[in-house]
Amino acid sequence: MELSFYLVQLLNAIQYGFLLFLVASGLTLLFGIMGIINLAHGSFYMIGAYLAYWLTDVTGNLWLGILLGLPIALLVGYLVERFAISFLYQRDHLYQVLLTFALILIFNELQQILWGTDVHGVAIPAILAGSIPLTENQSYPIYRLFISAVCIALACGMSWVIQKTRLGMMIRAGASNREMVQSLGINVNRLFALVFSLGVALAAFAGMLAAPVDSVYPGMGENVLIISFVVVVIGGTGSIKGAFVGAMLIGLVSTFGKVLLPEMASVMAYALMAVILLWRPQGLFGRAR
Amino acid sequence: MTDTILRTDRLSKNFGGLIAANNVSLNFERGQVHAIIGPNGAGKTTLINLLSGDLLPSDGTILFNGKNITSLPPDKISQLGIGRSYQKTNIFATFSCYENCWVAAQSRLNTSMRFFRPAKKLKKVQDRAEMTLDLCGLSSRRDVLASAMSYGEQRQLEIGMMLATEPELLLLDEPLAGMGSEESLQVIELLRRLSRDHTLILIEHDMDAVFSIAEQLTVMVNGRVLETGTVEQIRNSQAVQEVYLGVEEEAT
Amino acid sequence: MPRITRTLLLLAALLTLVFFPLFGSSFYVGLLTRILILALFAMSLDLLIGYTGLVSFGHAAFFGIGGYALAIAFQDAAVIHLWQALPLSLAAAALAALVVGWISIRTSGIYFIMITLAFAQMFFYFFFESPRYGGDDGIFLFFKPVLMIGSADILHLDSENNFYYFVLGSLVSSYLLLTMILRAPFGKVITAIKANEHRVCALGYAVNRYKLVSFVIAGTLAGLAGFLEGAHSGYINPSYMSWHESGIAIAIVVLGGMGTLYGPIVGAFIIVLLQDFLPSLTDHWQLLFGGIVISVALFYPMVRPACCRDFMRCSEVK
Repeated sequence: MELSFYLVQLLNAIQYGFLLFLVASGLTLLFGIMGIINLAHGSFYMIGAYLAYWLTDVTGNLWLGILLGLPIALLVGYLVERFAISFLYQRDHLYQVLLTFALILIFNELQQILWGTDVHGVAIPAILAGSIPLTENQSYPIYRLFISAVCIALACGMSWVIQKTRLGMMIRAGASNREMVQSLGINVNRLFALVFSLGVALAAFAGMLAAPVDSVYPGMGENVLIISFVVVVIGGTGSIKGAFVGAMLIGLVSTFGKVLLPEMASVMAYALMAVILLWRPQGLFGRAR
Repeated sequence: MTDTILRTDRLSKNFGGLIAANNVSLNFERGQVHAIIGPNGAGKTTLINLLSGDLLPSDGTILFNGKNITSLPPDKISQLGIGRSYQKTNIFATFSCYENCWVAAQSRLNTSMRFFRPAKKLKKVQDRAEMTLDLCGLSSRRDVLASAMSYGEQRQLEIGMMLATEPELLLLDEPLAGMGSEESLQVIELLRRLSRDHTLILIEHDMDAVFSIAEQLTVMVNGRVLETGTVEQIRNSQAVQEVYLGVEEEAT
Repeated sequence: MPRITRTLLLLAALLTLVFFPLFGSSFYVGLLTRILILALFAMSLDLLIGYTGLVSFGHAAFFGIGGYALAIAFQDAAVIHLWQALPLSLAAAALAALVVGWISIRTSGIYFIMITLAFAQMFFYFFFESPRYGGDDGIFLFFKPVLMIGSADILHLDSENNFYYFVLGSLVSSYLLLTMILRAPFGKVITAIKANEHRVCALGYAVNRYKLVSFVIAGTLAGLAGFLEGAHSGYINPSYMSWHESGIAIAIVVLGGMGTLYGPIVGAFIIVLLQDFLPSLTDHWQLLFGGIVISVALFYPMVRPACCRDFMRCSEVK
């Protein structure tokens, strides 16, 4: 195997890492700011992918599909926050687990009613359909590069929002001390609804972007959810930076794991988590008590 | 010849940028009642938390009976014979009053990794729990759920649980906070009785109480020790009068 | 409900279960066996959620490991000796719980939930992708365990009724064992940890050690349930340790009433009967089931009948 092969794998790892980051950053924020564990977060990834598939099918255009799909995903997220999650802020995590677990069951069933159990594919838009040749027999699909580029732009945007805006200030304050935000006279209900919807939008968007490279299939959200948990655990809860580093680490480990140690590939991400936890129980960027 | 039971050497704690305890070096003599006073935010509770292991110091050392206990976790420190009570009531709300004392007393068994013998049958633990109930004046409330007791009673229970762990040194964080005058008198009486065979380190805002039972006083301001000495020395200290007592006396 | 009433009710329920096979058809005996196994599994989880205050979302891993240990060791055996197979399953589950617990217990809250889930998922994928252990399809067992002394059959689990009584016996023994543990000093410490972990530590208990032991006990009993399930159904596959199973177990514990040992048994009855009954109403029964679980999460803690609330603390010291 030559260098270009590893280059392709590296690019794949980064692209996968970015998608994970979109999902995990939402999770870690829900966590840090709202103190909520949301098992249904993966479902929003799935919903995003199915919306992309469905709307692309209807409109014939992925961009239009994403444009129309995002508000729908946002609306779903908002409704879930208002009518379910918001009742559980003061309650034990146990009930959050139970409620969001049930949400998964419901979303899975709805998905089957609406779109059936078949595996679907989404065509890559024509502009991005080509590949960039690396060597004579290795090339790299432009669409995957495009995913990475979009994610970089989003990550920069997020970092700008969090560092520079008033919303970002509230988010940072909330992640470091939830009680403080509540005592600062900030409208906590609105902040929570906003953060939740944003997290949902990020997860759904990740699903939409991923739809053309992965297939769209039932249960796709759950795999992403659990690996995103691993990312959050590794990075430390409430830390966007941690989510980023964790996502990249997991991207690298899973991608290269599949190539180098195919037998153990899916176990390796979890082994990495175990090792990191032994070393730093609060995660790489989590605060020690 | 004095006998030091606990000693801190340049003990510091900072939270991010905030220095809550700054180079605190203090000697606590065996058998004495040593009160720590100071305005709110002076770092008194932080100091107690450092001594009990609830917080890890950023710098400095703590010696208890000559043994370095600086980075030990709270359970090890408790086992060495330092008991503490909390400023905010910190009890088992879903347990009865007696069960609270019971669990506390049971901590002095060699191990509680016992799986088969009913806990009820451990005579020693039972006696100890009954004794502490008696001591903190809650015998009549024995089977009441802790969450259903009055605030003052919960404060008394707080002290009782500490006593059930048979400590040699007691760290008391505002034991009188929120108590009525009747209850306060009872607790002061209890502290006086305890001081005969225990060492007490006491944070308290009630100055009458402090002056009636303390032998040594330390005044803290902004995380630092302003002055430390006997009650007389502190009363006469110029610096203390300016920052602390002066204000108090004007207010009253 | 006074204590005596409760004891009488439990005895009546037990007697009903004991005499059921005399009247019920073998189909219902089989269904009841499944329910009791699930009840045992949920009861073991309740030791963590309801008594120690540890919300584990990966409990199905130990259930699955109990089953896999049996299947892996005895898939080609002509006779499955109970006295070999059962201890092996329990030991495997205990060991797994020790390792997972040792790492997870350093954390708490949401973190603990996610880590236990992640570890369970690790085991899931390990078996899912391992061709040696049947991968997705799992492993089939063609014989039922037997207890023999010398060459004499003492107990053969071949018959549905024998198996039923063996499961009932396991459930009752586990119930008694846990009752005993909860009344012992150890039980006092873990219930105190649930009430106020910080104070337990301040009182001089090495909290993590108690949590770990509780985790291992719970894992071992889950392994027992997994062993029974594997032996009963005759196969074991990765879906037994999927996170759906862990989620269902939590639903059972909450629905039945955490912090009571009989609550999970009641919960298991309700959930299994729902899962058998709802599909007859509609193909999309998961919608209804999800709705019910959501209602439990939202409203149950508020409308819990008063009689259950008294028993939240089943371990009074008098």
